[in-house]
Amino acid sequence: MDTSGVVAEITVGLSSCGIAAGARDVYETFRQKLQDQGIDVELKRTGCVGMCYREPLVDVAVPGLGKMTYGGVTTERVERIIAEHVVGGKPIEEWLIHADGRELPDDAYLAPQERIVLRNAGLIDPESIDDYMDAGGYDALATALKSMSPDEVISVVKDSGLRGRGGAGFPTGVKWGLARQQPGEVKYVIVNADEGDPGAFMDRSILEGDPHSVLEGLMIAAYAIGAKEGYFYVRAEYPLAIKRLNIAIADATERGFLGSDILGSGFGFTVKIKEGAGAFVCGEETALIASIEGKRGMPKLRPPYPAVEGLWGKPTNINNVETYANIAWIITNGAAAYASHGTETSKGTKVFALAGKIVRGGLVEVPMGIRLRDIIFEIGGGVPEGRKFKAVQLGGPSGGCIPEELIDVKVDYESVTKTGAIMGSGGMVVMDDSTCMVDIARFFLDFTQNESCGKCTFCRVGTKRMLEILERICAGEGREGDIELLQELGEKVVSSSLCGLGQTAPNPVLTTIKHFRNEYEAHIHEKRCPALACKALLTYEVVAENCVGCTLCAKACPVGAVSGEKKKPHVIDQDLCTKCDACRQVCKFDAIIVR
Amino acid sequence: MEKAVVQAETMKEYLAIVDEIAGKYVDAPGSVIPVLQQVQARIGYLPVEVIQRIGHSLDVPPARVYGVASFYSQFRFNPVGKYIVKVCHGTACHVQGAVAIGDAICDELGIEDGGTTEDGMFTVDSVACIGCCSLAPVIMIADDTYGRLTPAEARKIVREYGK
Repeated sequence: MDTSGVVAEITVGLSSCGIAAGARDVYETFRQKLQDQGIDVELKRTGCVGMCYREPLVDVAVPGLGKMTYGGVTTERVERIIAEHVVGGKPIEEWLIHADGRELPDDAYLAPQERIVLRNAGLIDPESIDDYMDAGGYDALATALKSMSPDEVISVVKDSGLRGRGGAGFPTGVKWGLARQQPGEVKYVIVNADEGDPGAFMDRSILEGDPHSVLEGLMIAAYAIGAKEGYFYVRAEYPLAIKRLNIAIADATERGFLGSDILGSGFGFTVKIKEGAGAFVCGEETALIASIEGKRGMPKLRPPYPAVEGLWGKPTNINNVETYANIAWIITNGAAAYASHGTETSKGTKVFALAGKIVRGGLVEVPMGIRLRDIIFEIGGGVPEGRKFKAVQLGGPSGGCIPEELIDVKVDYESVTKTGAIMGSGGMVVMDDSTCMVDIARFFLDFTQNESCGKCTFCRVGTKRMLEILERICAGEGREGDIELLQELGEKVVSSSLCGLGQTAPNPVLTTIKHFRNEYEAHIHEKRCPALACKALLTYEVVAENCVGCTLCAKACPVGAVSGEKKKPHVIDQDLCTKCDACRQVCKFDAIIVR
Repeated sequence: MEKAVVQAETMKEYLAIVDEIAGKYVDAPGSVIPVLQQVQARIGYLPVEVIQRIGHSLDVPPARVYGVASFYSQFRFNPVGKYIVKVCHGTACHVQGAVAIGDAICDELGIEDGGTTEDGMFTVDSVACIGCCSLAPVIMIADDTYGRLTPAEARKIVREYGK
């Protein structure tokens, strides 16, 4: 291969998680050193490739060697990468995590993935419209505007089988069709980027890594339903996503993809960004609309659905980030290509954010219908050594915990729902034997109770009462009948709430009772937390035969609960002990046990 | 709402900021939230006089402006520290020990969650999810995110900002 005249490329992953791991410093160090040494290399940035557990990530492409990826790059490693790999042409084998044509352990993470939504993730510069267009960006928009009628676009989306990726799974093409059928000149399209589920970061990564793909999907939707104006509703907690979206919108406007008479088609479209102000309930579409209108984000009874009566009372189509990110691919590759991924009723792929007690956490895109076990153990590498897998939480505060017995479940809308959990937007938090399931239920209910807008009594008061019971149980004051009371209250909250928040808020409680009832019973009857997580139920003791009397624990104890003479076993005063864990952390002889 | 004490001169400046920002939004429907956001970004919080002025400027009853402001967790009615330490309590952070991180930071600064240090340097704020779950547990100070923390590291970071 003739490689003369081609310079090497170094690409640093600069998404929020990469930056948090130090990628910005790494980028700066590369820039500085390359400049100082006068080396002609193209230094680029990209978004999140999904291997968050290996951040900061750096791709090095030296002509003739192909692209190679280094993980866990620190500023100290920059010098050697430049000297040995870029200049010397010898990759540093021990730091490589992925390379064309080689087998490396991290291949297990990437190999099973099928990437449609994340097609450009980690490959293009999210702040460059040229990069996006080089990767085929805006071809789909051109195809739709020039050679397809709005009805044809809708029928392709219908045929692809794409369902809303925000959680509910409503068929996207049907939703668009409803909005299109409505009379009237003024219609709106909205991107729901109010990713509120704690434990989910798919939408953030997509917006940070490939903002144009979402924008293009939105424009195609606008053309299909006949909208001239669109909104991105983005969480204020995602400053980098907002920044990159603003750049994308400005660049697309400059190139004539936004504005009037786009690509000479006569179709005009403009888009605005609305920053959310911190309310989980605004992920619900009617609440989101109220928020854009400048009101308190409280849901309304449906019907009328937003497709009929949405923003400012006009027909409105709302989809989430991931749904829109699929659209351009579907238009370009066809409905059949999309439908060839996935199962009979759940077509295509789904992006999951894998986090918690997992070896390889990050962003994965897999075909629908893959076994949950494969995602967690094959791709994610299972729980870290020395611990035992207990459960995986799907769907955030609206979802549920799936126990080990059900880990072979297929990941599609229907199968996941049968376990009591929901597909949700794609947050997947893995838990091991040190996670207390009662505490997890309490954690989620604390969240939803806090985020309840207060409109429906059962949601407002019911979640509060449920939380009080769970707090009591975790504090060792659980009573006979608490489990039954939680179930009864939970069912009533589900049946008597208007919106998805209340209807699903009890799910984490009901599913943990269903699958981990024994943990509730241990808390209530034996005043014991099997996972050793609920502080109030723990007892710290000294194992006399292990204790050498080094006095470290006594010095570390902030409340003076540990006493004893030098070189003699110490004791802990249970009345004084606050279970802060300080003594156990400093003990070098495993002489402090927790029960 | 509790009223913070503000000097008359300072309040004048605050109201001028409101006029400047709200002036751009006359007759723009749905502008209450962006105006609140921009005003808070400049002043740091929303004193009651500022809420009233926003209402008058946008021709919306002040009670409704307050109703909107109090609905969303982003808006504050009391002054905040120079640095807001956001302690993430998302699910992933929770299972990786976020509670201990928050406790350590509050203990280091000698304040409760939600409180502000006496020297006006720090406010500690528990947040739902920053979206950096794979780096859990995570905190965010200004626009910088710190991940894979231990309580001791969290204390150290906060100390660095205090210098």
